[in-house]
Amino acid sequence: MTSAGAPERSGTTRGGGTLYRGDLGMWSWVAHRITGVLTFFFLFTHVLDTALVRVSPNAYDAVIETYKNPIVNLFEVGLVGAVLYHALNGIRVMLVDFWEKGAKYQRAMLWTVLGVWIAVMIPGAYFMLVRTISELVGGH
Amino acid sequence: MSLALDKPRSPRRPSARRSNGELYSWLFMRLSGLLLVILVLGHLFIMNILDGGIHRINFGFVAGRWASPFWQFWDLAMLWLAQIHGGNGVRTIINDYARKDATRFWLKMLLYVSMVLIISLGTFVIFTFDPNISN
Repeated sequence: MTSAGAPERSGTTRGGGTLYRGDLGMWSWVAHRITGVLTFFFLFTHVLDTALVRVSPNAYDAVIETYKNPIVNLFEVGLVGAVLYHALNGIRVMLVDFWEKGAKYQRAMLWTVLGVWIAVMIPGAYFMLVRTISELVGGH
Repeated sequence: MSLALDKPRSPRRPSARRSNGELYSWLFMRLSGLLLVILVLGHLFIMNILDGGIHRINFGFVAGRWASPFWQFWDLAMLWLAQIHGGNGVRTIINDYARKDATRFWLKMLLYVSMVLIISLGTFVIFTFDPNISN
């Protein structure tokens, strides 16, 4: 079986070409795999918990209650962060594959991915955590 | 275009054994990925961030959403695409890292069984959901 994945080089020339393996691009590929697998495992759990709507409203509400726990709330932020990275980097991968200048700008696009990720995650994390934090601090 | 020449001593594969499966798999990842960006990020934005996020979700909330065929179809499409996209990704990872053929075979069987189970269960739940089910 061959490894279906990271191209070794994004540049074509030997001396001045930009290295993909071992460099930033490789880590974007590693992170893409890890976030993908984590999301797939969560999806397995998530379909099972949602299937409880077919059992009874009480069973569903009980399991959804566990998602509102402060610790699980942090995992929720992690999940959204993982999916968002996978989505943004997936768009970058598509541009590298289909856009004629994609390989040339792969590095700049990776920085864009990280910039957009931070810009979305700051307000996103705020809205996901605000209620939990105010309950923990304010106690109501 | 450079001249197409075979590398010296490169083994010739019999054409009967070649298939375009991995090409279609590669293309599917990009097409489904594009749709999933919209479906999944939309789902996460509505469920986790908008209007109190997860704290407002309960049975009644699900019943309200699945009263609309639009959201039923959204969730059905997301379920099938995400399972096949994710399953295909995990298949690639198993192919890359499993060292023994037996390990590779059984991990993939486990993966395929879980995919069939999750797609079937999810589809069944969306199509047979009853908002008036008893507690």
